Amino acid sequence: MSFFTNPSNTIGAKILEVFFIIMGLIVIYTGVRNLRDRSNPTRYGTCMFWSLLGVVIAFGRWIPATVDGALITLMAIPAILRRVGNGKSSVPGKRESSGNFARIGMRIFIPALSIGVGAMIGALIPSIGALAGCCIGVMASAGILMALNHANTPRVFLDDSERLLSAMGPLSMLPMLLASLGAIFTQAGVGHAISKLAGGIIPKGNVTIGIVVLAVGMMLFTMVMGNAFAAITVLIVGIGAPFVLAFGANPAVVGVLALTCGYCGTLLTPMAANFNIVPVALLEMKDRMGVIRNQILPALVMISVQIVYMLIAS
Amino acid sequence: MDYLVLLGILIVIVGFVLKLDAILIIFAAAIVTALVGGIGVDGFLATLGSSFVSNRSMAVFIIILLVVGTLERNGLKEAAAALIGKAKHATPGIVIALYGMMRVVFAAFNVGFGGVAGFVRPIIMPMAVGAIEAAGYKPREEYVEELKGMAAGMENVAWFFGQMLFVGTGGALLVQSTLKPLGYNVDLLRMALIEIPVAVIAVGTTAAYYIIKDRHLRVMYYGDAAVSGTAAASVQKG
Repeated sequence: MSFFTNPSNTIGAKILEVFFIIMGLIVIYTGVRNLRDRSNPTRYGTCMFWSLLGVVIAFGRWIPATVDGALITLMAIPAILRRVGNGKSSVPGKRESSGNFARIGMRIFIPALSIGVGAMIGALIPSIGALAGCCIGVMASAGILMALNHANTPRVFLDDSERLLSAMGPLSMLPMLLASLGAIFTQAGVGHAISKLAGGIIPKGNVTIGIVVLAVGMMLFTMVMGNAFAAITVLIVGIGAPFVLAFGANPAVVGVLALTCGYCGTLLTPMAANFNIVPVALLEMKDRMGVIRNQILPALVMISVQIVYMLIAS
Repeated sequence: MDYLVLLGILIVIVGFVLKLDAILIIFAAAIVTALVGGIGVDGFLATLGSSFVSNRSMAVFIIILLVVGTLERNGLKEAAAALIGKAKHATPGIVIALYGMMRVVFAAFNVGFGGVAGFVRPIIMPMAVGAIEAAGYKPREEYVEELKGMAAGMENVAWFFGQMLFVGTGGALLVQSTLKPLGYNVDLLRMALIEIPVAVIAVGTTAAYYIIKDRHLRVMYYGDAAVSGTAAASVQKG
């Protein structure tokens, strides 16, 4: 309780903490609903995964860090053993959505855009912040949806989010787990080891070479690993910090553009199957590389544009 | 001895290349790094716990899911299709380019329309093929294959770079939380602003490239008349 009464925490941080509790409860609801879903072949593992995750999201602040760590490790076990799955869910039918469109029409864009508007307004008010603003925007969006269509009861929102979360599965936690891996890398001195190793190749103090190596490295690493999020945790610690940021380059510019340099790699690799190979099947294309072929030119243009941008802006 | 802590990175790279389970890779790399790096089991659990809890901002997508499914249920896709359909006499290349522009604008508000499975296949491809037929030509398989590749490419480019414009997107949060233990604090709004020119150039060049490529393909498959306006349609029909 002291977190909420402490005046040194911003109002935005307090709002966000309330929303973390709500999110945690949604996640626990996902676990419980899957447990009761007999069409889900892995309902016990699924329930274990989402329930433990929900507890950490909702109450993690008040649980000792070691216990949080143990809960997350336990949570990962059914995910690794592939015991987290999905039952038969009730996807909204085409007739329902086109019927609603006939009545609501273009007004549906108002609740759709209010999430982002909330995030932007929040970002402009320092005591609120983008994330609390985004959460408030979601609440506004839900309120507008309820006003537009009285069939949108709280139960509908809850079940729709459960359906989507179950469909996304454990991989939706990848960014958070990668961030934790990055923290462990830093703690163990991985960055220090890489910078000693790379110091022989990259001349220390030459920010230009550092930026080019970071940008091209992000692209190539992402092509090999198929995942820019995994690549950035390694390369910011290993190359970005010791060879670019240590010499005064702007961390926001270098950090965020390094990630989007990684996205150029995502455009070029069959390893990113979700984006480049699954669509080939979905669209019934003949050429397995048919999507990637159309992305080569944009990817090469964008890696060059971003290197120049980093050199100018940092 | 120092270099032993790089074992974790090796595990990440080899693991992803071998397409092992991503969560398994992360835990294997984290545990090995913690053990060889002298953090120990206790330190591993404490670092994992505290960093996961301080990174809960990345879980904000869960609260957004609260409305995503219901927006779809209430006709968001149909409205998006109606918006693109307002462009009359569009060529296939222009249909794809318009989709990219709509996709990037809405991505900045964290709104999607269902990706390749939910929108490109059921809505954009029929519109593009319909545009060929509306001009009086028979869709040729090789041509449609290229249009599919471009439509999926437009989806990827617009989504990858467009999502970075949303203040508080997962990627920016990951950058923020990776930089924090290194002693750098970066602002989410600032990062979204930095990405604006990147997203504009990415979607602009890709859209222009696909319009030009589509034009070349039409000349190749249907002759010069196919790009000289509506006159071609009547000639072909006649």
